[in-house]
Amino acid sequence: MTYAFGLDTFGDRNSDADGKPASHAQTIRNVVEQGVFAEQAGADFFGIGEHHTEYFPMPAGDVALAAIAARTGRIRLGSAVTVLSSDDPVRVFQRYSTLNAISGGRAEVILGRGSSIESFPLFGYDLADYEELFEEKATLFAELLKGEPVTWDGKTRPPLLSQDVVPHVESGPFPAWIGVGGNPQSVIRAARLGFSLALAIIGGPPARFAAYSQLFQRALDKFGRPPLPVLVHSPGHVAATDEQAKAEFWPRWREIIALMAPERGFAIPTEESFDRETGPHGALYVGSPETVAQKIATNLRVLDATRFDLKYGLPGLTHDQLMTNIELYGRQVIPRVRELLS
Amino acid sequence: MPEPSRLAVLGAGHVGPVIARLAIKAGYPVAIATSGDPEDIALITQLVIPGAQPRWASDAVADADIVVLTIPLHRFADIDPALLDGKLVVDAMNYWPTSDGVLAPFEDRGSSEVVAGRLAGSTVVKALNHIGYYELEDRARPAGAPDRRAAGVAGDDPAAVAAAAGLVDRMGYDPVRLETLRAGRVLQPGGPVFGVTLPRPEFERAVSEDARSLT
Repeated sequence: MTYAFGLDTFGDRNSDADGKPASHAQTIRNVVEQGVFAEQAGADFFGIGEHHTEYFPMPAGDVALAAIAARTGRIRLGSAVTVLSSDDPVRVFQRYSTLNAISGGRAEVILGRGSSIESFPLFGYDLADYEELFEEKATLFAELLKGEPVTWDGKTRPPLLSQDVVPHVESGPFPAWIGVGGNPQSVIRAARLGFSLALAIIGGPPARFAAYSQLFQRALDKFGRPPLPVLVHSPGHVAATDEQAKAEFWPRWREIIALMAPERGFAIPTEESFDRETGPHGALYVGSPETVAQKIATNLRVLDATRFDLKYGLPGLTHDQLMTNIELYGRQVIPRVRELLS
Repeated sequence: MPEPSRLAVLGAGHVGPVIARLAIKAGYPVAIATSGDPEDIALITQLVIPGAQPRWASDAVADADIVVLTIPLHRFADIDPALLDGKLVVDAMNYWPTSDGVLAPFEDRGSSEVVAGRLAGSTVVKALNHIGYYELEDRARPAGAPDRRAAGVAGDDPAAVAAAAGLVDRMGYDPVRLETLRAGRVLQPGGPVFGVTLPRPEFERAVSEDARSLT
């Protein structure tokens, strides 16, 4: 079995060592440095999730990915996620096909809604239309990936008639995933349209997603498609020791979740809930390289997944803390997980 | 012991399968339905909700003693109220404009009161809406467990509230009864118990402090 290990960021706004927030511009430059360093440290994938807020100033991650592409040669680069429902699938294809050209075939996309909804009012979409928007646009995106002239008609964008969409990809479709947070009908959709499955597990016991992984492979079979990979995306933070990792992560985690709670209906984390989530049966990968590696290996097995993407960073952590996280993940966690799974 | 009530869960998204699994574990016969063909959710049922029967919504409801609504609230308007006439309906839906968009009929009101207003031939109880869908399964405990949590059950009809409380109890939570649907507003997003799991004493305290401001 071949495993791959990625790092994802939402462009979480950095702080300097004194706790003063870095500018959005500096945060974005730091993300580029982090992406370049992720390759040097040994990560296989670097993903940037689309967000439009003060704390996650990252609406155009593909531009940052292009800068990283120009300074790297091996690491795969993609979105994590692209909020397809409030974007134009043709434009998303064009941007990532351009990234694919710049990077010499290293582009990927993960399509989804994320837990992020700011783009809907920003671009004039109604959240109540989410389902129809995503269904139509994911269907069109699957057509665009084939690389042939597209004929398409729907309600969410103007029709296309034998439309040649450029730039053409050089060597077939680039990898495309649909991010799923817990709705089994989304798993079926990914299989029906031929996307790989990205399980976003951000709370609760990861093992409950094992049924989704099985559902995905069974659904692919039912739709006459070959098996496709499953990846797991979860938040975390790696530092030298468990204590240090928790001490750095916990206050930032509580702060950002408390800030988002009224809008998203999240429970405000308590020390008890944090201990549960960072423990062996929780969704957070916070700890020493050994602690995090053990948890990743266990869950890749349980979930029958072949890729793990660690969503690193939180608003308020420093660039140096994130670089240390990336270094430990790349140089210690990844080799250790490979060893545990071999 | 009497035959357990038969459940129909309407909705197979994030929440429906979790409620269905908990109910199956508690010994209830469960049918699950969406707005479409049961064949579309046959595989989901088999792998994610083993033991449940995928059915057409009308068939599932016809045979059910309790119907649990777990569809997105903006799809509620698509349901024909006649389908649910005479039924005990547990409303597990939420009005959550920042996540699902603004729905004018639900602004500044109790969402279950609006649901009950439209389902005039049904008896509506608000329950199973305020604990996150992954926590709902993770935190369920048998009666008497020291770390058992509470869950609110609100409605205007005492017999219906008692029946729904029995369901909540057997699914793994200490039911805390609220005597009106209006009082059930404390269970909504933004309320004191939404998204948190509390032991009964803390739950009762949080709810009673907040409920006073509503009366």
